[in-house]
Amino acid sequence: MTLSVSNLSFSHSRQPSLDGINATFEAGKLSVILGPNGAGKSTLLSCLAGVLKPHVGTASVDGTDINSMPATARAQRIGLLPQGAETHWAITSEALVALGRIPHMRGAGPSADDLRAISAAMSATATDGFANRSVTALSGGERGRVLMARVLAGEPQWILADEPLANLDPGFQLDILGLLRRQAKDGKGVVAVLHDLHHAVRFADHLLLLHEGKLFAQGSVDDVITAANLAVVYGIDARLFKDDDGSTQLIIKGKIKS
Amino acid sequence: MKARSLTPLLLLLLCGAFLLSLMAGKVWIWPTSWAADNADGWIFLELRLPRAVLGLCIGAILGLSGAVMQGYLRNPLADPTVLGVSASAALGGVLAIYLGINMLPFGLFGSAMLGAGASIALLLAISRGGGPIGFILGGMVLSTLAGALTAFVISIAPNPFAASEIINWLMGALTDRLMTDVWTALPFMALGGLLLLSTGRALDALTLGENGAKSLGIDLIRLRWIIVFGVGLAVGASVAVSGVVGFVGLIVPHLIRALYGEQPSRILLPSALGGAILTLTADSMVRLVPGPGEVRLGIAMAVLGAPFFLLLLLRYRKGSL
Repeated sequence: MTLSVSNLSFSHSRQPSLDGINATFEAGKLSVILGPNGAGKSTLLSCLAGVLKPHVGTASVDGTDINSMPATARAQRIGLLPQGAETHWAITSEALVALGRIPHMRGAGPSADDLRAISAAMSATATDGFANRSVTALSGGERGRVLMARVLAGEPQWILADEPLANLDPGFQLDILGLLRRQAKDGKGVVAVLHDLHHAVRFADHLLLLHEGKLFAQGSVDDVITAANLAVVYGIDARLFKDDDGSTQLIIKGKIKS
Repeated sequence: MKARSLTPLLLLLLCGAFLLSLMAGKVWIWPTSWAADNADGWIFLELRLPRAVLGLCIGAILGLSGAVMQGYLRNPLADPTVLGVSASAALGGVLAIYLGINMLPFGLFGSAMLGAGASIALLLAISRGGGPIGFILGGMVLSTLAGALTAFVISIAPNPFAASEIINWLMGALTDRLMTDVWTALPFMALGGLLLLSTGRALDALTLGENGAKSLGIDLIRLRWIIVFGVGLAVGASVAVSGVVGFVGLIVPHLIRALYGEQPSRILLPSALGGAILTLTADSMVRLVPGPGEVRLGIAMAVLGAPFFLLLLLRYRKGSL
């Protein structure tokens, strides 16, 4: 199962643009999109989710153009955790998680299937403890997990997360990354936009590095995270070495003076 | 859940308010003389009944539209007047009175609905493709323009009587409405109300922001059309029969939210019930104020609503809302 974009371009005055992106994401893998601010990471993820429509090229899931699918069919297969952790009303955590079932709901109330998915998503994210608390009363870490549970409740084959770690402390960041990893192990396709290079090095199965709207590099961690690539794209001086256990480690020394 | 037992209570209150509206006035008419073949029976059938039915419908529409607008804009300070539909329908009504069209059958109603229709078309054109900000700004521009034109029409009224008739109508009232007014307005209100009631799930999805809603398969363009048409038809028709009655759409969703929680879909129907209760009760009260004539419903609502709005703002600034 694949999610892919081919020759995808997007331009809009209010959104970083993309230019001729070709990429394929595979189910069962945690793919990470990297790049500096304004490189077009969110734009790419929004195109993959069908929230934005590319001006040129296509985004497709298992070969079907996302934008030619009915919106609910698309929403059943692709779940998006948008940037910014928006929650506008003081509804309970459980009611918020239940919103994830909207693409599946037909009748007035939730079906047995809906209820099962909601409770499964809440226990997977360890949010069942505050099911009846208002989302506005939660800490950032708790809210991050509730919003993640909302995406899981829809039981999508694809989970797209736009900066899911923003405003979380290191412990909660690792919780969310562990959760995404587990979803990938269970056979889901996970695509996340991240800012933290250390997390990307440690958790990504597949990496995309965007630079000024173009795909700068893609592949494994060792292919993409190189001192040369980081110098060009971020303007930083980074050192990479292999740890005793064979994993890649990254140290950022500082900004390259120009 | 607590909310389950609240709805029967609201229905009960609504029945009470409706009965009160049928009975209350300078002359109290008890149920025993409703079918009587005398002046009381006549007042009941020709005056009280249409007035109570209109109060019920208009209140329900205003409460419902307010809940939908607040949910759609994700802003607790929004109300149906934000769209400029009321002001445009009012301009249509004022023009009808000025030109004397109101003497024709359906003249005033038709002209006010034309105003509402024009505002729907303009709104959709202005806010095409834009987010909620464009939508609010479009509505504000429309509201201001229609208000200015209304003032202009009043200022060029040929005589003081015409001006006073226009101003009186503008202030909003349910006095001297006939059963034909009810039958004319009802289809528009029913259609608009059904459209608005269908938005619940989409409004819930908007809790997650626009991108969140879109990713759940919600078509936001379609939602905007439904809301503009729903509010346009329902509120337009209510202004056309009763003038501008403010604040119901702003206050009621807040009271309902305090009882039912903040999930947008859950407060739609209760807001309609609450709006009807408030409007019927206020309209019964204005009849009971002693003295010649009666306080206009629009004025009573504003006098009631403005302090509430201030309280809301104070709480909002303290961050407790």
